Amino acid sequence: MTIAVLLKQVPDTTAKISVSGGRVDESAVSKWSMSPYDEYALEAALQLKEAGEGDVVAITCGPARAAKMLTDAAAVGADTLILIPDDGVTDSTHVQSLLAAAVKRSGSDVVLCGKQAADTNGGSTGPGVSHLVGAACVGMVSEVSAGGDGFIALRASPTGNERVEVPRPCLFAFDKGTTELRRPNVRGIMMAKKKQIETVTSDDLGVTIGASSVSLQSHSPPPVKPPGQKFEGSDSVPAVVAKLRDEANVI
Amino acid sequence: MDVTIIAETTADDLHPVTSQLVGAAITIGGTPTVLCPGGIGAAAAASISGVAKVIGVEGDCFETFDSGAWAAALNPLVSDGVVLAASAPSGREVAAQIAAMRGIPIIQDATGLEGGITVTRGIYSGKAVETVSVSAPCALTLRPNAFDAAADGGNADVSTVSQSSDVGVAVREAIAKVSERLDVSEADIIISGGRGMGDPANFTHLYEVADFIGAAVGASRAAVDTWGEIPHNMQVGQTGKTVNPNLYIAVGISGAIQHLAGMRSSKFIVAINKDPDAPIFGVADYGIVSTWEAALPVLKSELSSLLSN
Repeated sequence: MTIAVLLKQVPDTTAKISVSGGRVDESAVSKWSMSPYDEYALEAALQLKEAGEGDVVAITCGPARAAKMLTDAAAVGADTLILIPDDGVTDSTHVQSLLAAAVKRSGSDVVLCGKQAADTNGGSTGPGVSHLVGAACVGMVSEVSAGGDGFIALRASPTGNERVEVPRPCLFAFDKGTTELRRPNVRGIMMAKKKQIETVTSDDLGVTIGASSVSLQSHSPPPVKPPGQKFEGSDSVPAVVAKLRDEANVI
Repeated sequence: MDVTIIAETTADDLHPVTSQLVGAAITIGGTPTVLCPGGIGAAAAASISGVAKVIGVEGDCFETFDSGAWAAALNPLVSDGVVLAASAPSGREVAAQIAAMRGIPIIQDATGLEGGITVTRGIYSGKAVETVSVSAPCALTLRPNAFDAAADGGNADVSTVSQSSDVGVAVREAIAKVSERLDVSEADIIISGGRGMGDPANFTHLYEVADFIGAAVGASRAAVDTWGEIPHNMQVGQTGKTVNPNLYIAVGISGAIQHLAGMRSSKFIVAINKDPDAPIFGVADYGIVSTWEAALPVLKSELSSLLSN
């Protein structure tokens, strides 16, 4: 059996996002990285691999630049790299059908992904893919190990955390956990450079990208706040508290 | 236009965000039917003004949270228009599952909605805003506190339907929160500390202030990553929680771009930092250039005298 991990390349969280002509200017993004929650999914997939659960298939749907992220995944231990070009993809339904078809093709019965991507902040991909591949879905996960009839996962609950058991096939959507992420070593980086990235198109997957009723109108910078007032020293605290009460009405 | 609202519930009652979902449904000209998973909060939902009807959806499948099982049980009761749910962990997952089942698009975490339907939402954790148009049928989740709640005073019909579905997730162990403190995602006021606090033990000063004003205590990523004592569920920012409280007080936080992304939509921001050039002052309504050691005791005594008056 194999372990599928769904990854997305996004602007690094330290990167500035600039908007020009009503669109986010991707060419101005200084650094692209694996979406942070996906890093935790990948780490968990590698731990499952080490526990003998199978090889790790890393799958992404994105433009050509995303190949770099797949190579980064290989450098820490991903075995098979699959890039699905995102041509014609405009809404989450499209991404879900492509990823689900690639998961089925890989023969994986456990899928790991981030709870949401750091660019679109959606969070629909994991639950959507789980439905399309007929897998049980567990979200807000921070740890997974084999156990019980399938896997045991630690997930956030309204009252704290809970350990849940779920049979195969299943999908885990990861939150940031306390797990330390591994860093690639030199050998891993060298090996990853030689690793082939398989490009699998929607045609290869037998998926038709239909029309979507979602259309992007515009991107804009966040609303600019008028400059605030600045005070010197702790002596100004009473004045600020008075303003919070009288002007802002928040206390 | 039919709007099906998936009620957000707590363990035994309706979550107040449900009234905001109703308010938003009315804004886009919808006639809302509220589905209450597990039958929880049906009477409360019926008393929200503007609700056309309420269906308590009961069944064993609602005893454990399994988004696939919940969606399978709710989906037969969803009508063909717009599905609305809260942008909370459970609401997002259930809405995404229902959208996948129906093959309809889903847009998560909307902060603005106009008839038509035009959706506004933050992307890159608030570093930019996108405006998209979408037509029914579709599913939308709405950010809590971004929409005005519908008033009380409704008197909708309540019916009960029994549904069953296969549950794949079984809870083996519940681990309670270490503290009973308010979560940053639920709070009207947040006071957050950064690495400038010097030591995680100094967060007790933040807790003391928080206790006076019923605030939640948050932390910057730098504080969480530096000190294991500060749990990730306190982290505000791009890889933590995105918050929009009425008042956000940042103490010893320089204002890295990831942090600003998670809190810049707060209504009022107060920053306390000894570095006059800290980027946090760029988003602060009221900036205080001071060490936390000097400022927090004054803040505490001021709040104390304010609240005792």
